[in-house]
Amino acid sequence: MIDLRKSDPQFKWEIAKREGGEGLLKCFGCSDCAASCPVRYFDERYNPRKIIRFTLLGMKDIVLKSPFLWFCAHCHACTERCPQGIRVAELINAIKNYAVEQGYCPDGYKMQLDLLMKMGRLYEVEDFDLKKRQRIGLPPIDKTIPEVAKILESTDILKVLKK
Amino acid sequence: MNKYAIFLGCTVPVRAQHYELSARNVAKELGIDLVEMSGASCCGFPLKAVDAETALLVAARNISLASKIKLDVVTLCNSCTAMLSDAQIQLNTEEFHSKFKKVGLSYPHEVRVRHFVRMLYEDIGIDKIGEAVKKPLNGLKIMPHYGCHYMRPSQLYGFDNTETPHTLDELVSVTGAESVNYADKKMCCGGSVLGVDEELAIKMANHKLSIAKENGVDAIASICPFCTVMYEDNQRKAEAQFETQYGIPVLYYPQLLGLSLGLDANAVGLKFNRIKSDSMMEKLTR
Repeated sequence: MIDLRKSDPQFKWEIAKREGGEGLLKCFGCSDCAASCPVRYFDERYNPRKIIRFTLLGMKDIVLKSPFLWFCAHCHACTERCPQGIRVAELINAIKNYAVEQGYCPDGYKMQLDLLMKMGRLYEVEDFDLKKRQRIGLPPIDKTIPEVAKILESTDILKVLKK
Repeated sequence: MNKYAIFLGCTVPVRAQHYELSARNVAKELGIDLVEMSGASCCGFPLKAVDAETALLVAARNISLASKIKLDVVTLCNSCTAMLSDAQIQLNTEEFHSKFKKVGLSYPHEVRVRHFVRMLYEDIGIDKIGEAVKKPLNGLKIMPHYGCHYMRPSQLYGFDNTETPHTLDELVSVTGAESVNYADKKMCCGGSVLGVDEELAIKMANHKLSIAKENGVDAIASICPFCTVMYEDNQRKAEAQFETQYGIPVLYYPQLLGLSLGLDANAVGLKFNRIKSDSMMEKLTR
């Protein structure tokens, strides 16, 4: 049951002005995205058309609190087929970015950010790895890349995640 | 001489050294010079869902490293290819470029970003690769797996055909192996949802594994370390979840190509594959 009295009429504009969100208002609900989606093929709880529809209706809480928003694999199968030329995967990503700003960020992403702050990579380069690389004839690599932390500190990403 | 900067990303240099090793050795065989990108980091893709702009900046910093040495970039991971390609396009917009300069970065020389396999297809070409094949992999049935970000989104790449991809099929065929044509060729491996819902991710990986089994393939050819995580590292989990047996080797394409170019098993790092390809190798020596 959708209670439109809870609709936030500003929500769709908030999304439409973001990079990737520009196509939102062109959606006429044909469901080609849902039909092309490999995730939905295996799990009907994820449906890109529904997320876009709820966004257009201003059902902000439903969209942002839904765990299924994060099921998008960003595979772009939808983007390729949208008859309205909407970059659907980028649109879903814009909604994810907005959800993060509103305080809804899955823990896994926070952990990844911590790793990148610390090492500049997702995986630690251990002495074992460096020795193995040397043994099989691969060139050495940097253990950490501190410049990544500098970039992360220069944007709002850390502040946003503390919410 | 074809010369490129090689971007390794996070996974390849520590978890898929056999991919890197085989790519470097194949490059040597084909007269391709791969130059290290000192100071390269994560591509930025893991940050995209959190903050796309920060992800682009991290990607653009990597591109600036290649720009300084005036070399086009080749990558081994599909998602790195997408992230860096996106940043490369954004660098040509004034808005992003000014943000990029604000964090103290520079882009003195325009560079292209492509997947290593795409570079093989476009710059070396099927004919020249065919001429270099010394030990054709005759008798092998290989299932090419493209992965999503090798050719999608087409707005970013303008390469191959997103509905009926064919470049990897051609590259498999030129080794002498049979490239298996199958339904759902462009299906996602499920890797991107692994951290969100493992059962669902395994379900997605299982889909292609079951097609591979039906087709009786000798191996799956992968070109992305994350797809390999799904098909090789998680194959046991798929077997358990779906009460079946697979035992299907998952080789990186440069490993297969390397074997056909006459490289031995060590030179393509075959012993580092988790699922052993002994029966496949036996067919080749017969």
